[in-house]
Amino acid sequence: MKHKTLERWSPLIVLAAILLVWQAFVSALSIPDYIFPGPWQIAGEFIQFKGPLLEAGWKTFWVTMLGFGLSIVVGVLLGFLIGSSRLAYTALYPLMVAFNAVPKAAIVPILVVWFGIGLGPGVLTAFLISFFPITVNIATGLATLEPELEDVLRVLGAKRWDVLVKVGLPRSMPYFYGSLKVAITLAFVGTVLAEMTAGDSGIGYLMQTAGSQQRLPLAFAGLVVIGAMAMAMYELFSLVEKRTTGWAHRGSQAA
Amino acid sequence: MSSASSSFVDFQNVWLAYNEELLAQEQFAVEDISLQVQQGDFIAIVGPSGCGKSTFMKLTTGLKMPSRGQIRIAGQLVTGPLKISGMAFQAPSLLPWRTTIDNVLLPLEIVEPYRSQFKTRRREFAEKARTLLKSVGLGGYEDKFPWQLSGGMQQRASICRALVHEPQMLLLDEPFGALDAFTREELWCALRDLHAAQKFNVILVTHDLRESVFLADTVYVMSRSPGRFVVRRHIDLPRPRDLEVTYTPAFTDIVHELRGHIGAIRQPVGQGSGLPQ
Repeated sequence: MKHKTLERWSPLIVLAAILLVWQAFVSALSIPDYIFPGPWQIAGEFIQFKGPLLEAGWKTFWVTMLGFGLSIVVGVLLGFLIGSSRLAYTALYPLMVAFNAVPKAAIVPILVVWFGIGLGPGVLTAFLISFFPITVNIATGLATLEPELEDVLRVLGAKRWDVLVKVGLPRSMPYFYGSLKVAITLAFVGTVLAEMTAGDSGIGYLMQTAGSQQRLPLAFAGLVVIGAMAMAMYELFSLVEKRTTGWAHRGSQAA
Repeated sequence: MSSASSSFVDFQNVWLAYNEELLAQEQFAVEDISLQVQQGDFIAIVGPSGCGKSTFMKLTTGLKMPSRGQIRIAGQLVTGPLKISGMAFQAPSLLPWRTTIDNVLLPLEIVEPYRSQFKTRRREFAEKARTLLKSVGLGGYEDKFPWQLSGGMQQRASICRALVHEPQMLLLDEPFGALDAFTREELWCALRDLHAAQKFNVILVTHDLRESVFLADTVYVMSRSPGRFVVRRHIDLPRPRDLEVTYTPAFTDIVHELRGHIGAIRQPVGQGSGLPQ
């Protein structure tokens, strides 16, 4: 019982310990805040600028969500295509791997030329950086069907489509939710990246500006906002995953 | 409907090579198979592993077309998957996100005429599935998920899934191979009773001789690749058969006789008794 309580609170305890050591380190060596601010200063900055920080955070959040939504739609459709057709898999997979290997930071300037400063690059970078894991996971789920089960259904006159919808898709759902957790954190990376290089608002832009003015406490406060949002979304999808595809994690449920 | 006089399943000199290349090299998975099964018959095919038993199943269901020869089922030349058959394999392969009853209902969502009526007659179908599950001793487990059932129960559910659309032919590919001896005998009886009650055709592929003799009307022994039928043995033990029959001399004699044929096929492997020492 006691051990369980400890386990539940352990992340917070570790966080508090890190903050303490950090603050002690900064105070003891009296490091100036424009080099490396302590948590106390960051918290102060957060309270002072909570209006602009929240506004920038909100902007970043919904730009990320737009890009993420796009990557779910495209990722699922592409995954469906390459998971259900050998030809599509052979034709598209190498290209997709090549594309995924391109650093997305290199693409942002191109997107700026096409779409200008503002929403476009943010949404598209978030999308480009995050659709790949979704595609791969959906495709894997579809491609690993048991042949016996397929025979059972084909004898009944099932078309490819029936097998995909009745068996393939539900089977790939755990893979899908797993990939959402990865994709959402990547999408935040994409948005902030675009905002830093070519934004006029959002957390990335705020951090870039604060950094160039050597206001590091504010830049750090921006980091905290991003971290908190990404973590909250990750936890949300973990929860959705557990609720909808509990059958795939039955070990933890102990029937 | 075909005339009652002709066989329900009729293989005439059927050969199968898996692809064109193998056909050109005359490498056949099964060779010169001829067999006739009457309506309602229970036949078993036994043989060493890798002798083409599963290939035979694929031919019977129309999932594979013969390279030579003809297969007629219910008087019709087989040209594609046959909806009048249900299949079950060694692995139950139930869908883990569906409850037992929803797993059993799956074929009805696919095969016509049930498919188009599924939404409107769902309750009726579910009732039917429940009755079927109850008849194999799964009453009370309908709403459990497959992973909450034991291996034997999962296999029962898998057989129910194969039967729910009232197929005229049930194809079983080593369905009890992964079960322990006691569960296996229980399931033999469950299958025996289903067959007695519903009178469908059964083609059982197995490597368990006792299983084949206990359940089947006719046992075919298949040789190792290329698969050929080497012996056809009618089992004249009276029905209904009780498990006790498996301990009678008559039963053991048949098993022994069939074992002799398998031994003959495997000649090069071991001389003598086959037991260690």
